[in-house]
Amino acid sequence: MPPLRVPARPPEPFQPQAWRDRRLELILGNLLRAGVLLSAAVVFAGACIYLTRHAHEPANYRVFRGEPTDFKTIPGVIRSVMHGRGRGLIQLGLLLLIATPIARVSLSVVGFALERDRMYVMFTLIVLAILLYSLLGSGMGG
Amino acid sequence: MTVLGFTAVVAIVSFAAGLLGSLTGLGGGVVLVPLLTILFHVDIRYAIGASLVSVIATSSGAAAAYVKEGFSNIRIGMFLEIATTFGALLGAFLATRIPTSALAVIFGAVLLYSAYLSRKPRPLDQRNLPLDPLATKLRLNGSFPDLEGKRDYNVQHVPTGFSLMFGAGALSGLLGIGSGAVKVLAMDQAMRIPFKVSTTTSNFMIGVTAAASAGVYLSRGYVDPGLAMPVMLGVLGGSLVGTRILVRAETKSLRLVFSVVILVLGLQMLYKGLWGKI
Repeated sequence: MPPLRVPARPPEPFQPQAWRDRRLELILGNLLRAGVLLSAAVVFAGACIYLTRHAHEPANYRVFRGEPTDFKTIPGVIRSVMHGRGRGLIQLGLLLLIATPIARVSLSVVGFALERDRMYVMFTLIVLAILLYSLLGSGMGG
Repeated sequence: MTVLGFTAVVAIVSFAAGLLGSLTGLGGGVVLVPLLTILFHVDIRYAIGASLVSVIATSSGAAAAYVKEGFSNIRIGMFLEIATTFGALLGAFLATRIPTSALAVIFGAVLLYSAYLSRKPRPLDQRNLPLDPLATKLRLNGSFPDLEGKRDYNVQHVPTGFSLMFGAGALSGLLGIGSGAVKVLAMDQAMRIPFKVSTTTSNFMIGVTAAASAGVYLSRGYVDPGLAMPVMLGVLGGSLVGTRILVRAETKSLRLVFSVVILVLGLQMLYKGLWGKI
């Protein structure tokens, strides 16, 4: 590696990684932001319904009871959204939020496959498998 | 307190935590669980569930801004995510089995360590490190924009970093936090990744790591919509505002204040855990 020196002219535009890597990252970054904003909007809509109906009830989180099935499985959440429940809508927004990084990892599989980087396709599939196991294998499928 | 009052106060506190967390770079999640349990007497399991959800939101929300700067390394991130997601899954399963007082003690210890770390000057980036055969094989080495143009870096001690990131994932799953403190240990100190690269890459990783344990938390009924809603919206709002008004000059005193807050909360959590008050 040559010794470091201060360049006489402004440095050239920087390319952090291969062009495709960079482009992929930009797409992924925007996808993440869109996912977060969408889920925040859904949570907010749910909050409006929930607060108009339950504003004056006492709030108590001192004792842990665990959530009812309606709020801890995907079919349960969908069912309660269908019934127009605010808290169901909040849970749906939170599910969308959890799905956002999973979507990012799925797209990374495609990105690495386009680069014909088999090793990283495999790594990314391992991460994806763990994520899907957590979401579906732990009893949230219903 | 009524639902409306509770929601409003929790949203304001979460907003402040997200704002301070992003201004100081120390992360807001780490103070949320102690604040919710100590100030609002929320059961620690509900608090962890809500905090975990907010961690995903801040990480994903900031990702777009970080990516544009061109510092993050997508390969380092993906490789280490194997370790963090495995750890997070394990941590989440552990969290459903160990007593809440033990959770509080572990949380207290992590807070004290974070407070210590935030006062320590970060190690200078070392340049011209030798090529590590394993890092080369895994294509982890990269470059990033610097004052001199492009700067290359060579990643070191991959197995140590990988194991430490497994620990970071486990803590994240166990306590519902982003585990920034362990990440510093793994990526900055063991793997010698330049600070800018490690910070932005780990931000990318935190969301994926938290998603791995969030599924377990949701299915176990730890994520209460009434609590998670103000926490998630508050922290997200605070951190988005924080990244906009990043005033460099004032972060030094702000960091001091925030690390004192972390220290006090850490002592409180230790006390409550050890004396079985949680």
